[in-house]
Amino acid sequence: MSTAVGEMTNHDHHHHAPSGFTRWLFTTNHKEIGSLYLWFSFIMFLVGGSMAMVIRAELFEPGLQLVDPHFFNQMTTVHGLVMVFGAVMPAFVGLANWMIPLMIGAPDMALPRMNNWSFWILPFAFMILLGSLFMDGGGPAFGWTFYAPLSTTYSTDSTALFVFSVHIMGISSIMGAINVIVTVMNMRAPGMTYMKMPMFVWTWFVTAFLLIAVMPVLACAATMVLTDKYFGTSFFDAAGGGDPVLFQHIFWFFGHPEVYIMILPSFGIVSAIIPAFSRKKLFGYSSMVYATGAIAGLSFLVWAHHMFTTGMPVGAEIFFMYATMLISVPTGVKVFNWVATMWRGSISFETPMLFAMAFVVLFTIGGFSGLMLAITPADFQYHDSYFVVAHFHYVLVSGAVFSIMAAAYYWLPKWTGHMYDEKLGRLHFWCSLISVNVLFFPMHFVGLAGMPRRIPDYALQFADINQIVSYGAFAFGLSQLIFLWVLIKCVRGGEKAPDKPWEGAEGLEWTVPSPAPLHTFETPPEVK
Amino acid sequence: MNTPSPKQNPTPRAANARTVRRLLIVVVGMFGFGFALVPLYEVFCDITGFNGRTKNEQAVVNQRSIDKSRTINVQFITRINQGMPWEFRPEVRSVRVHPGETKVVQFYAKNLTDQDMVAQAVPSVAPGQAGLYLNKTECFCFNQQPLAAGSETLMPMQFYLDPDIPKHIHTLTLSYTMYDMTAHTHPDVLASIKAEPTAE
Repeated sequence: MSTAVGEMTNHDHHHHAPSGFTRWLFTTNHKEIGSLYLWFSFIMFLVGGSMAMVIRAELFEPGLQLVDPHFFNQMTTVHGLVMVFGAVMPAFVGLANWMIPLMIGAPDMALPRMNNWSFWILPFAFMILLGSLFMDGGGPAFGWTFYAPLSTTYSTDSTALFVFSVHIMGISSIMGAINVIVTVMNMRAPGMTYMKMPMFVWTWFVTAFLLIAVMPVLACAATMVLTDKYFGTSFFDAAGGGDPVLFQHIFWFFGHPEVYIMILPSFGIVSAIIPAFSRKKLFGYSSMVYATGAIAGLSFLVWAHHMFTTGMPVGAEIFFMYATMLISVPTGVKVFNWVATMWRGSISFETPMLFAMAFVVLFTIGGFSGLMLAITPADFQYHDSYFVVAHFHYVLVSGAVFSIMAAAYYWLPKWTGHMYDEKLGRLHFWCSLISVNVLFFPMHFVGLAGMPRRIPDYALQFADINQIVSYGAFAFGLSQLIFLWVLIKCVRGGEKAPDKPWEGAEGLEWTVPSPAPLHTFETPPEVK
Repeated sequence: MNTPSPKQNPTPRAANARTVRRLLIVVVGMFGFGFALVPLYEVFCDITGFNGRTKNEQAVVNQRSIDKSRTINVQFITRINQGMPWEFRPEVRSVRVHPGETKVVQFYAKNLTDQDMVAQAVPSVAPGQAGLYLNKTECFCFNQQPLAAGSETLMPMQFYLDPDIPKHIHTLTLSYTMYDMTAHTHPDVLASIKAEPTAE
């Protein structure tokens, strides 16, 4: 099942590890925990994906046919929660676990036992969340943003389980983030100065600070919802002197940095892959570092652009509009740097590079629709429409998820010791690329035409486009089974991978054997 | 537990512990900050009038001259929260006032149930900027409103607009939402409602 099974045979003389399940339960090895995170996130990706399939099947035709509206709402809600907290974030933590120690020349993460905890509480969080779907009255149905009063006055009793699972996910993320920061600050090999760290380490370092700053705020919002619902407080209840708009402020104070938490590590991945396959150094390394910092800093000043229609004063709307647009400057710096890196490079198009290039193009499309949404008066038209759905799926699916797939293809030879099947990889890429655009691009148009999000039915004139979107969705969902096939095939065997399978790749991770043995860099490497 | 952890000298461990302690302070601090947002938001809205807040306290009677050159249309909206079984409406839908001029508007409320109830009206002003310039010298919204079963009442609201109200505001809407506070009211207070003579 796991990538590390192969390594065991080579390296079991290192330690008398328990075998079977307890080996995974008690492991404190960063590579094993990384593999656990990655498999977990892939399973969650398929779970959340199947919920998306339910949504798209229901929306295949106008009218209500497959599921009742309450269940539809549960699907949109839990799809969002599973994808954000179960698929994308743990995948990044898994990549961080595997790669950061290898990239900075450290023997392991700084806090291996906490690392074990931060992974093993996650499956329980999602068992609680997914289990709540089977309760009387169903699971959470108020959207992943759990706005009050939907989550307080109008929610079912599964809300307590929802809050509890969000708390556990938050604790897991915070522990993971603390581990990354401590590792990066204290465990770098001699000579590995901050400005020599690979971009992936830098972006994760910044992401980790965002995580410890905003996950506690999410915990606050969830706790207030819990006490409002069950213990008679009135944080968000106007009858008791509270204010439901306050919920949105607190939530989005977490929520906007959260979207950068889900994209900054992608920037790091792409900044590793594009130079490798362009056979050039990354263009403008230091400007990449500063742009990452700038994006992270600005992310705390733009939360209210999610709330333009709440009746904010014009002055505040203008402030948040310009602050939001300002973010496109450092983001633009990054996009230009990637393009400049490719410029006159001798590019080859292996699967990781294909995904990375698709990331640059499609993420930029998502960025542009984000700029459109940032324009306050336009947002009054786009708000809560499918245009928003198109926007955030472009940045999250063809952005974050594509970068994770790129990372998987790029580092699979290091993880498993085998080359993946390049033909299948390209098949997976082209199927995904085409279907993801069939899936999400037409959503822009139905959104502009006025189709609201999170509604199980729609007006007849949207039928054609929704049918196209649903075909794209089914194709994209099936394409991911190719990915599963590639992964299993690569773990089980394949052409033996050299230590450095990519000609232009740089970094300490390529100096260790493939597959990476359980213990690496026990004597720190010298970085010049 | 199983992996012999790569032991270096004890100094990195101490450094790790110190970094972890600092980061935990940040985490706890941000958790506190999340809750601190609640009072901060209150204060912020009260000072700036953001979010349609009105000055929910008794204003002093207008000392300044009436600005006859301007007339502002003040509209009244009433809402009942979540199917609360009351009738609640303004006696007039709108009045035209000069800034500085004092007006009294009556609001009608009737308890349609056979139970004594207590209600609280919460005001909100649109556009939000106008909230700071709406001065209420008398308002039923300053207090909770007890109303015996089946009885009705007229509730006065006396206000004037600050003459400094921005020039571009020609219309402002004052909305009252009536909330059922019966469940939050002490039983002794509820028991005393009957004793009071109902209005009119």
